[in-house]
Amino acid sequence: MRALRFLLRKEFLQLFRDPAIVRLLVMIPIVQLIVLANAATFEVKRARMHVVDLDRSTMSRGAVDRLVASGRFVASEASGSTAQGDDALMRRTVELVLAIPAGFERDLVRDRRGEVQLLMNAEDGAAAGVTQAYARQILAAYAAELQVRLVPAVAVGRARPEAPPARGVPRVEVRSRGWYNAELDYRHYMVPGILVQLLTIVGTLLTALNIVREKEAGTLDQLNVTPVSRGVFITAKLLPLWLIAMVVLSIGLTVARFVFGVPMEGSLVLVCAGAALYLVAALGIGLWVSTVTETQQQAMFVNFSILMVYLLMSGLFTPVSAMPHWAQVVANVNPMRHFITLMRAVLLKGAGLPDVAPQLVVLAVSGVVVLAVAMRQYHKRAD
Amino acid sequence: MSRAIEVQDLTRRFGAFTAVDAITVDVEAGEVFGFLGANGAGKTTAIKMLIGLLAPTSGTARVAGFDILTQSEEVRRSIGYMSQRFSLYDDLTVRENITLYGGIYGLTDAEIRERGDGMLETLQLADTRKALVGTLPLGWKQKLAFSVAMLHRPKVVFLDEPTGGVDPVTRRQFWEMIYAAAARGTTVFVTTHYMDEAEYCDRLSIMVDGRIAAMGSPAALKREFGAPSIDEIFVRLARPAAAGAA
Repeated sequence: MRALRFLLRKEFLQLFRDPAIVRLLVMIPIVQLIVLANAATFEVKRARMHVVDLDRSTMSRGAVDRLVASGRFVASEASGSTAQGDDALMRRTVELVLAIPAGFERDLVRDRRGEVQLLMNAEDGAAAGVTQAYARQILAAYAAELQVRLVPAVAVGRARPEAPPARGVPRVEVRSRGWYNAELDYRHYMVPGILVQLLTIVGTLLTALNIVREKEAGTLDQLNVTPVSRGVFITAKLLPLWLIAMVVLSIGLTVARFVFGVPMEGSLVLVCAGAALYLVAALGIGLWVSTVTETQQQAMFVNFSILMVYLLMSGLFTPVSAMPHWAQVVANVNPMRHFITLMRAVLLKGAGLPDVAPQLVVLAVSGVVVLAVAMRQYHKRAD
Repeated sequence: MSRAIEVQDLTRRFGAFTAVDAITVDVEAGEVFGFLGANGAGKTTAIKMLIGLLAPTSGTARVAGFDILTQSEEVRRSIGYMSQRFSLYDDLTVRENITLYGGIYGLTDAEIRERGDGMLETLQLADTRKALVGTLPLGWKQKLAFSVAMLHRPKVVFLDEPTGGVDPVTRRQFWEMIYAAAARGTTVFVTTHYMDEAEYCDRLSIMVDGRIAAMGSPAALKREFGAPSIDEIFVRLARPAAAGAA
């Protein structure tokens, strides 16, 4: 145990003597959060819209005005024919075509219902879905407004399923779904996930690179020739990096709270407990990578290859429920997924210990398993 | 224990390639044993097996009286090792490196301080104790690395090309340190490319293509081969191998 003390001292001395580390530790969480929380969203803002207003009435102008006033749409083009709208979609100069037929106002007043057509480019399905949903929401609100003031039971903005799709343009089927509303909610949802991803990258990569660097320098051989045991060596390597990752988490949570105003409904102790357990698995992955690679370049490559799969199967960017069955099975044993669930539940919903106990158990078990596998792989003597 | 190292038919294969081919070597306690061979002859592979960094394919060996297969931890406690790649930490100071290795081998704080100070005094490096090792000239680093490898007073020390790239004056000083260590009873197992250094050894072996091609004291070898120098013997043994390999 005396050796552990000396090795730990050495690790801390080296870590804090590396000027890049301290800078990275502070900068990575801040930059990642700010960039990713704003970029990794399906938010639609200022989508360009081609307006084909064949009615040219107060009500038709009102519909366009509402869409523009929401800030989500810009009426960047206008013409008198749907065909020109099609062309604009094909040229990708607009994301959306709003076609209001002649007689729109008359229908609304007389029949209490009218229709508009929304055409969009569905190449990017997710964005098209969100664009369409926002447009419907705004038009529905407009309809409700008219209903109060003018005619009851006006249904506006429903592209009727039976209407033939416009020529050459993939039309998004209108589906009803639950609304998530303000953009802030979206960030609140993403930020905890991004924090988890950040911890994962920092934890695995720092560990793998740190150990492989010693391999490259030859100092690892020097240590393996000494009586230092495998357990002591690994403890001395992982403990400082574990602490560093916890510091990164604290900085990240601070940014999340004060820059993004992410609510922290639940106990931060619970979040830290989850992180503490989760990091064992993350550092274990880094340790494993270091045992199968010889250079920092290789370690980087292997690490990122693993992380890609690990991240994509975590439910951070895509819902697990949308994955095929086999992928759901894999995702269920992915500790990252459970940590993200825990973070979101505790931070956003204020979940308590009983609520997230299953996640904590999974994290603890996966930590032990991953670390055990990695330690078995680490040998002082090569075979 | 009169034999510091006993090697019996030690073999290491990497796939179809036999790096070390059934070598048998005995080194007496307190000897300075030169382990010679051309690049790729298998020297480093053999040393790595003796110090517990690489598992042998077959054969046995005892180092400081302990079996390298079954008593590897006892072996590690009894040996020092300095590799051809400089292996102290560049980003730690001289003092921090000494403290680290002293602590790892279980020396007390007082022992670390005493031996560390004595060592720096002998090396005339007392002024550099707070300098980062990375800032020292290569020759100083090598001498420092050797002294650190001797800090826990091992019974056997393995030096893998310790004087590579070092100037002649420093090489001479280095060999004075080797003799001093041997005089204190430490067995020195050293590999080198410098044939003049080979002449300083009590006994030596010349390895060619994984086998021991010749072994004995420098004088005995010169008699046996009727050659004026170890250099001559080395070239004669190594050349057919090199030609065969090419």
